[in-house]
Amino acid sequence: MLTTIASFINAAIIQGIPLLYGATGEIITEKSGNLNLGIPGIMYIGGISGIVGGYIYEYYTPEPVAALCIIIPLLCSLLASAFMAFIYSFLTITLRANQNVTGLALTTFGVGVGNFLGGSLQSFFGKSGSISLLTTGNYYKTPLPFAEKLGLFGQTFLSFGFLAYLAVIIAVICAFVLKKTRIGLNLRAVGESPATADAAGINVTRYKYVATCTGGAIAGLGGLYFVMDYIAGAWTNDGFGDRGWLAIAIVIFALWKPDLSILCSFIFGGLYIICTYIPGLSSASKELIKMLPYVVTIIVLVVISARKRRENQPPAHLGLPYFREER
Amino acid sequence: MNEKIKHTEPLIRISKRDDLVWWKSWLVRVIAVVLALVLCSVIIILITGYNPIQVYLAMIRGSFGTNRKLWIMLQNLAMLLCISLAVTPAFKMRFWNIGAEGQVLVGGLATAAVMFYAKDSLPPFIMIITMLAASLAAGIIWAMIPAFFKAKWNTNETLFTLMMNYVATQLVSFFIMIWVPSGSSVMGIINQDSQAGWLPEIFGQKYLLNILIVAAVTIAMFIYLKYSKQGYEISVVGESENTAKYIGINVKKVILRTMGLSGAICGLAGFLLVSGTNHTITTTTAGGMGFTAIMVSWLGKFNAVIMVLTSFIIVFLQRGAGEIATKFNLNQSVADILTGIILFFIIGCEFFVNYKINFRTGHKEGK
Repeated sequence: MLTTIASFINAAIIQGIPLLYGATGEIITEKSGNLNLGIPGIMYIGGISGIVGGYIYEYYTPEPVAALCIIIPLLCSLLASAFMAFIYSFLTITLRANQNVTGLALTTFGVGVGNFLGGSLQSFFGKSGSISLLTTGNYYKTPLPFAEKLGLFGQTFLSFGFLAYLAVIIAVICAFVLKKTRIGLNLRAVGESPATADAAGINVTRYKYVATCTGGAIAGLGGLYFVMDYIAGAWTNDGFGDRGWLAIAIVIFALWKPDLSILCSFIFGGLYIICTYIPGLSSASKELIKMLPYVVTIIVLVVISARKRRENQPPAHLGLPYFREER
Repeated sequence: MNEKIKHTEPLIRISKRDDLVWWKSWLVRVIAVVLALVLCSVIIILITGYNPIQVYLAMIRGSFGTNRKLWIMLQNLAMLLCISLAVTPAFKMRFWNIGAEGQVLVGGLATAAVMFYAKDSLPPFIMIITMLAASLAAGIIWAMIPAFFKAKWNTNETLFTLMMNYVATQLVSFFIMIWVPSGSSVMGIINQDSQAGWLPEIFGQKYLLNILIVAAVTIAMFIYLKYSKQGYEISVVGESENTAKYIGINVKKVILRTMGLSGAICGLAGFLLVSGTNHTITTTTAGGMGFTAIMVSWLGKFNAVIMVLTSFIIVFLQRGAGEIATKFNLNQSVADILTGIILFFIIGCEFFVNYKINFRTGHKEGK
């Protein structure tokens, strides 16, 4: 029984990590007033660009070095996802396009690029079959050295690759920056009331750009974690599934707070797989249980809008454009 | 002193344009599409080495090449247009309904449920009417839930409707699991032998009835938004909720009514997809069209007639790119990449239609 619970918690955390990256990235983005619905696409891009980087490195080097095996995909993933977020920022901030439409187009594009490269990378290099980057995947999966010695506790909480800890660290840093620093205060001001922020001398455009691109880069790491750690350096088309949308749901569930999103991601990760841990479920009721994360999110959304507590609201200017000349 | 004046005018200043002459604004859009196609060509050459002109010709053949392909394209066009029409009144009201995917799915699910349970026990006409009514009701309910909370507590409708999509998806897989005894997750064709509840073929064309229905909806929607009192109320609420309140429009009523309409047309689309097209239901029956429809509607400036054109562009791209994928042995996802790039350009070019860029002129103030 204890081992079942331990393995469930372990699995919930593993499922929760990509969601946590996505949610943290989206929170940073939304705090600047940009509702980036391109996050699912960006996470695909984050995954595939890591794969491409690692693939090319492994292809041309007979004996890959551990450090480069980790750094090359990491950099590729960060840069590519930040670039995707930059496209979104350029269209919505500079060219003043509609945020929802731009975000959805970005998702179409990102999922397309991911599935295209993932499906044809092998044939570009004259090989057949599916991608497998075992060496790189193994480096990403290496757990903390002392995890083994700590018995069940170690297996449950410390048996992850470094990206899992990085996700938690980034979320904590983001929470700190948002709550305790001047930059965070300015960023929140931009999301709440850009006109006021502008009048106070904050460079609204720069804040929006930086927040959206940083958020995109963070979200992309979720895709990287998924392909490198979770499925160990492989790619299956549409394998990432609807996790990107689930990440957007967590943003609401966590009330736009990165520290809370850590816990929420693990809860959602648990809900994602709980049906395999409950014995005697019919396959139909499994489908109903998979509905839970979304239903819970809807309930949270309704409750916070009904209670109208100021600190739990979405950023007031979320999804709305800001043009200095129009008021 | 002179130094100061130099910096009073920035290098680039952006100002809102007065209405651009119609041909100029279309010229901007055509240039954007051409630029997008050039970029796509570069990408096609880089990754495949094929001549892009041949690739584009293959795309055209993929959509218009044979009679069958033409009908499939018209059918896809009709379905995408139908869903785009559904989201349009809500968008015009600035209600961001991105839940069309879910509303279409529950509509389709209701149709499938009637087909599954009634089998051939009802006379054909009553059967079709029951299915239609069930679909419309399901779509309306699915759309009214977020609308109700929006009207009551101003709950964020974008996020709410987005979540409703996945609830609908899971609901569909739940019912498929119940209906298919073997535990397989594929529904199969419903009423294969009796064809009960299938929309009839007219003039020997399977899809013609779908297309005619959508054409009728298009015209009705155009008139509704442009010439009816309710359509006018929608525009006023969209432009300014305060103005609407001031002149005595019941904003909550308009929100509920408009979302009801939106959901009803989505339900209709679900009905047409299940009864008139696929004769089965899967979680991908809406196939992402609920999201694509948002772009179609926005690109078409919420004008039902222009939306025929924008949905044609999207469907043509998807069908065409699917064709080149098969022909040149590429992955099917090429379609999404090309669609994405072209959308970016069209989205971006609207800026140049709506705004004017003024470069710093030599004239300095006070001179």
